[in-house]
Parts: sequence; C-alpha cells; structure tokens
Amino acid sequence: MNKPLRRIAIFCGILVLSLLIRDNWLQYVRADELNSHKYNRRVEIERYAHERGDIIVDGKAITGSVETEDGDFRYKRVWKDGPLWAPVTGYSSQAFDSSQLENLEDGILTGNDDQLFFDRTLSMFTGEKKRGGNIVTTLNGDAQKAAFKGLGRKKGAVVALDPKSGAILALASTPSYDPSVFAGNSLKDSDNRQELLKDEDKPMLNRALRETYPPGSTFKVVTAAAALENGLYDDIDAKTESPLPWTLPQSTTELRNEGDIPCENATLREALRVSCNTVFGKMSDDLGNKKMIEQTEKFGFNKEVFTPVRADASVYPEDNRPQNAMAGIGQASNRTTPLQMAMVASAIANDGKLMQPYMVAERQAPNLDPVYTHEPEELSRALSGENAQKVQQLMETVVKDGTGTNARIPGVTVGGKTGTAQHGLNNSEKPYAWFISYAKTDSGSPVAVAVVVEDGNANRDDISGGGLAAPIARDVMKAVIDSKK
Amino acid sequence: MSVVTNTTTIGAIDAPSRRNTELALVVFAVAISVFAYANVGLALNGELPSGMLGYGAGLALLGGVAHLVVRRFAKYADPLLLPLATLLNGLGLALIWRLDQSERFQALDTFVPAASKQLLFSAIGVATLVAVLAILKDHRILQRYTYISMVVALFLLILPMFFPAVNGAKIWIKIPGFGTLQPGEFAKIIITVFFSGYLMVKRDALALASRRFMGLYLPRGRDLGPILAIWAMSILILVFETDLGTSLLFFGMFVVMLYVATERTSWIVFGLLMSAVGAVSVATFEPHVQERITAWLDPFAGWGKLNASEQMAKSLMAFGSGGTLGTGLGQGNSDLIGFAANSDFILATVGEELGLAGMMAVLLVYGLIVERGVRTALAARDPFGKLLAIGLSGSFAIQVFVVAGGVMGLIPLTGMTMPFLAAGGSSVLANWALIAILIRISDTARRPAPAPSPSTDAEMTQVVRP
Repeated sequence: MNKPLRRIAIFCGILVLSLLIRDNWLQYVRADELNSHKYNRRVEIERYAHERGDIIVDGKAITGSVETEDGDFRYKRVWKDGPLWAPVTGYSSQAFDSSQLENLEDGILTGNDDQLFFDRTLSMFTGEKKRGGNIVTTLNGDAQKAAFKGLGRKKGAVVALDPKSGAILALASTPSYDPSVFAGNSLKDSDNRQELLKDEDKPMLNRALRETYPPGSTFKVVTAAAALENGLYDDIDAKTESPLPWTLPQSTTELRNEGDIPCENATLREALRVSCNTVFGKMSDDLGNKKMIEQTEKFGFNKEVFTPVRADASVYPEDNRPQNAMAGIGQASNRTTPLQMAMVASAIANDGKLMQPYMVAERQAPNLDPVYTHEPEELSRALSGENAQKVQQLMETVVKDGTGTNARIPGVTVGGKTGTAQHGLNNSEKPYAWFISYAKTDSGSPVAVAVVVEDGNANRDDISGGGLAAPIARDVMKAVIDSKK
Repeated sequence: MSVVTNTTTIGAIDAPSRRNTELALVVFAVAISVFAYANVGLALNGELPSGMLGYGAGLALLGGVAHLVVRRFAKYADPLLLPLATLLNGLGLALIWRLDQSERFQALDTFVPAASKQLLFSAIGVATLVAVLAILKDHRILQRYTYISMVVALFLLILPMFFPAVNGAKIWIKIPGFGTLQPGEFAKIIITVFFSGYLMVKRDALALASRRFMGLYLPRGRDLGPILAIWAMSILILVFETDLGTSLLFFGMFVVMLYVATERTSWIVFGLLMSAVGAVSVATFEPHVQERITAWLDPFAGWGKLNASEQMAKSLMAFGSGGTLGTGLGQGNSDLIGFAANSDFILATVGEELGLAGMMAVLLVYGLIVERGVRTALAARDPFGKLLAIGLSGSFAIQVFVVAGGVMGLIPLTGMTMPFLAAGGSSVLANWALIAILIRISDTARRPAPAPSPSTDAEMTQVVRP
C-alpha cells in the first residue's frame, strides 16, 4: 500500500505547491496592479490618511485639512473662505472626487507625486509623519475679495491677469459655493452637493473659465487690432470709410448703433470711444472672415487654455459675411470666456505680447522646499508693439472721456472698453454687461481685467458695461495696485 | 553466583519519544501567537492589549495540557502535529481578535465578537483531543464501528437540509440556546472511518476482480456500487445544500482512499471522469454554483452587480495590497471584505497583513501537517490505520487547497473554512479531533515493538550459563 501512498504524498505536495505559486502570482507579480486597482478602496483610504497639503495665496493657506472621526477617511479638506476661493481651488471631496487645482495638483497635495519621491524616501528614514506638499498660487487676495465684493449677489465673473507674466491675480465666479459642505463622506455631504447641483443659478459652474458669453462691444478692440495689423487703417485719428447708415452685406438689415452717435466716417479713436457698431461691423467685413479668425487666434481664440485648470475655448468661427460682420462687434456666433477677454486686454497692455496665463507659481515639498517654479512664457505675439500702443491709446480715451469713465482711477492711466452683449432669441433676454481694462503705472502694466455681469434682476436699461461692470474692474485694479505699494 | 534470569540476547532499545522536541515546539508556537497578539494591540492602539495575559495564559494552558496528555497517552506520537496545530490555532485567535477590533467590521449588522468564542471552542477542541487520546487507546477499535459510522455520517450530512439556508448554503443546523453547528465538519471524520473500514475489507475484491479494457482495469458492476453511491451522495449534497466544497472534499477523499486501498490507477481516472460529469451537470442548472464560477472567471467584471464577484475581487485586492512583506498585523484593510472576513476569507487578512512571506509560511505549516499525516500513513503497520491516516490527511489537504485556492482565485470559491485559522466552533472542534486521531495512529506506528517476553524454555537450551 505504500506505493500509492507515496503518490498521494506527491499529489498533496502539488496541491500545496500550486497554492504557493498562485500566492506569488497574486502578491508579487500582480501586487501593484491590485493595490492600485480602481475598485480598491485602500487607494482612497491612503489618499485621506495624511494631512493634505495646502493651497497658498499671499503666503497664507486658504485651505486646511482636519481630522474626522466618522468613516475610514481620516483627513477632510476645509476652506478658510470656501465661496471666495472655490473658483480657484475647485473642490476636494472624499465622496465626490475633486476638481480644478485640487484635482490637477492632487499628487503634490497628497504627497504621492513622483516629484516628491526624494522627499518621501527621506522622511521614511527620519520617521517624519507623511504630509502633502503645498501649491503656491499667483492669486492676489485683495483683488479676489474686490472682485467678489463687486459682483455681490449678481451673477457674473471676473478675471484679472498680470499682463507682464500671465499670472492670474483674481478669478471670481458668482454665485459661488462652499466646497467645505461636501468635502466629507456623509449623507449630509451628499445632500449638500445635490442641492448645489439642483440650484438653477449653477453655483458650481466656473463662469470665469467654463462659460462662454457673446463679448459684445469689448470685442471691438480685437477688430481694431486686426484692422491695424492688416494695414486696413494705420492712423487712429484718421477718418475711416464708414457710411451711416450701413447695411449688413448680402442683406437688407441695417446695422444700428446704440442711440444717435457720431459714427459716420468716425476716426478709430472716436468710433471706439462711443462704441460705433457700424464702423467696426464694416471693418470686420472689410477684413474678411479669414483675417478676423487669424487675429483672434493670435489672442488665443479657438483653443482651450490651460491655467493649468482648463478653460473652455473661446470661439470665433468660420461664417458667412453678414455673420462675420456681426461677430466683429462681438455678437452672432462669437463667444468668449471672461479669461479670454482678460487675455485680450493683457496682450494689449503688454505691448502685444500675450503671456500664458497661469495660477501655480510654485509647488512645494512638504518641507516647503520648492520642487517646481513657474517661468513666465509667451503664448503668442498678438500684435506689434506699435499697434498695441495705438490700441492702448484708443482704450485710454474710452476711460478718459468715453463710455468707460466709471473705471477711472486717480493717478493711474486706465484703458478699457465697455460692452453690452445682446443675447437670446431676437435679443429678448437681458443683456450681459462687460468691461475689459488694464491699468498702467510707471513700471508698465500691473493688471488687466475682464468683468462680465449677467444680471437678471437689474432693470434692462440699467444694464451696461460702463454702469455695472466698469466699477468692479476699477476696484479690482485698484486692489492690485494698492497691494503692490 | 547471582541468578540472573534475563536471558534475552537483544534488549529493547528505547526508541526516542521526541516528547521534549514537541514541548519546545509548543512553547515556540505559543510564543509566536502571543507575539502576534501583542503586535495587533500595538498597531491598533499603541499599547499592549489588556487581554494579552489571559490570552497568552489560556493558549499556553491549552498547549501545555495537550502536550502532557500526549506525553501520558501517546508517548511515541509524531512530535510536529501538536505544535503545528497549536500555532495555527493561536495565530487564528490573534487574527480573529484583530478583526474584532475593526470599526468597519463592527458596523456590519452581522457583527458578533468572535475571539472569545473561538478561544472557548479551542478549549473544547483540546478537551476533545484529550478525550480521544485517553479513551481511544488504539485506533483499530474504530474499525468495529464501520457501518455505524456510515449511518451517523449520512445522518449528519442530511441534517442541515431540514434547517434554513444561511448565506446561500444549507450546511448549518441551529440548536436553540447553543448556537449553530456545521455537522459536515464532523461527518468528514466519521465518514473517513467508514471508508477505511469498508475499503480494508473490500480492497481485494475491488483490486483483483476487474476486467482489463484499453489498458485500464475496470471494476465489476457490483463493486462499482459503493463508489456510485458516494458519488450520488456528494452530488445530492451539492444540489440540496448548495455546498460545493463539501461534496468536492468527500468525493476527492474517497477517490484517494480507493486508490490507496486498491493500488489501481483506473479508479483515479474513473473518479476524475465522474467528478467532471457531476461538476459540469450541476454547474449548468445550479445558479448558486454558476455565480461562483462567473465570479472566479472575472472577479472585477461583476463589481457592483454580483455579490460573489465583488467579494472575490475584494479578496484578491487584499492579497495584492499586502505585497511581499505585508502591511503588518492590524495595519491592513482586509476588513473591507466585510462579511465572512474572519471565517472563509481569513487568509486574505494573512495575505494583506503578513504579506507573501507570511502567507507562504502559513501554507507551509498546513503542508507540514499534511506531510506528517502522510508519513503517519506510511509508517502505520495496519491497513486500517494507513487508510484512516491518509484519508484524514488527504481530506485536510484537499480542504486547505479548496479554501486557499478559492480565496486566492485559483479555483471557484466554495464555502468552507480554513482549518484552525478561521472563526467557527465546529471547524476548530473537528480539526482538533482529526489531529487527535492522527496523533493516536502515529503513536501506534512509531511505538517500538514490545520486547519478546522471556521464554522459560530458553533456559534449557542455553549451554553456557552465566
């Protein structure tokens, strides 16, 4: 009986051996794959097991990380002033993932990024508690507060850039929300989020980056730039060939101006000062769709912008002649994000150089050593320096004694352009109030701003770029200039 | 001149009993378990667990009593069986206690702290060992109860059919005021006794009265009867109790014993064919089994849809997350498996917290128990002892394979518990009884032959007298 016994012994050995091989396969060969599997809750647990790094504005953290008692996620994200910073940071929720900076810089904030490998290895030996790194932003707290204060309870957005570097100084979107209310993992967090999602005013929509509006008359500076760049006009104080009334090409519709303003053959300076639709509509038609597209793309249109948070592409599409003429005054199919218009203003203020907008100045390791520092980079040459200065003169006239007088700041040169964009079927809905501007001091331009206000509560006739939007732009510019002193 | 009556030429040289080796190993096993227990406490709360002294003393007491009883009643027993069982039992207690501490586990509706109950059943298990060794002086006594064993085993197997299913399997009976029992665990041992007795008697008929067909010895129809009956029984268990594991275990064990008894390879071929037919036919119309197979083929595909898949995937992720060295006791998240994490899936906790290294060590400990069992079968001097030993160790090996292979996704998962490690009173009790019987057989096998009694006639034939 011993021969079959020996064979059974071998059989049992094979059983154990196959278990050992399977175990090696699972725990050695497939270990990484299983450990980081998307269904593996340990990934999430680990994510929240350590204090999350902070997002920093003006040297102070605007976020925090608190220990929670409930559930298996230990640390929860909190914001010092959630609604103020939500358009910048986005949210980071245990239950609902993250967005914007919280999402893009997650590696640094959790401390798991490859850039922190050395740091992690070091702290393994020193026994230091694991912690996330910090993200230092370019934002200016005062400007951000001014933007939110100006927008108040109205719907709208503000973007302020440093024209010289492209640094984003303010990024506001109203109504805003407090990401703290659904940062956790509880039923209440879920209810809070549902409520935000159901809100008709869409508080979680980042209007500054992810909403496109017809830019209205603010777009006329782009048309003016295109005319100068393409040699259609050269002298901003020479008369243009602009008949009044002017009929849209291939059409019988007359393009109207707002009120009885002196637009017939008006100079560029005059046309922009009083915001002549006829002059710029014809100018766009004279240049043609192709050249207009070329110019807008130099300003960054038709392409998504990464700040690194993604901003929707602003659109200046191929279109027929009448539509192209309308697009030239910022109507028809022309749609831009507030960020895009801030980029237009900043390129003009920076003598034609468009800088890549960015909001992350520095990534810091948990021990505050920088692991990455942003170097400003030129995105494109939007227009020549000479022409940029001409457009500056036009815009400065608008603020000095045109539609934009509300944006004046004593002792500072301000250039700007108002806009009141019609929208809805037959322009039936309340228009959007726009204002784009820049300020100039002795050391160049420190700030360029774009403001859009979509106010459903205001009286229709009261809505105008100069009335609603310009004061906000002024306050934001003032906040930036004051903070530099 | 002194009169010396000891006239035998060869004195009985006392074979080494190896009892001191066993004692040292038992101490070692207890020490490892206490260390694991302390480790859990330090990792979870940063301090030594308050129950550590009681736990350590209890486990030491169990190991000590078992050792003394072996020393007293089974002096020549295999020295490894007891320490290995003590180690697994002690480690199991530490793991179960660790899972009891899990907040996630405590939040489940089904949660009941299992560690103290497991300790109680370990004590009863060791008491069973003591009783078996004290009462059963020779394993051959069991031979007398061959057919009674069959009746008892069948009764135990059929019993759960009359009780409601628990978690999809009808393998439990509920005794009011006591708790639940899994009679299948005991039936496993009792039916081995029946097989051994039956096969010992019938082995020649089965082995020799056969026809040769295509190079295989085919048994006669009348000898085929019993194996068909067992096959039918295991299929019935599978169908009515939806207990894939137990039927696989019984059938595998019977084929192994049949092969050992008859030395005919044809039985294995025959057995494999029949089990394949049985498995395929049952799998085609039993949804419970189908679910398990789907879960086995692609665990992650059924995430959020199929409970069995999700459980399987969670188990695999626990293993994967452990990696080579594991997270350390108390620092893993194997409790994410939730239901049955401390019973069927306890190996996932071993895998995650002790890593590949710990898992291999535990598997090798099981392998060693099987090896000692097979060695006992080889050393046994009587066919009944051989069959019983190989039956018990074979079923132990198959059970380990089926459970460990199941939770590691090597084969479809079946509802069985890991011997000694997993929480479960019946299982601990039955496995201590199994170890007791193996110890008894090994004692008989290794016991030196009794010295020939001095013959009075010898004196007459001796020429030279001292």
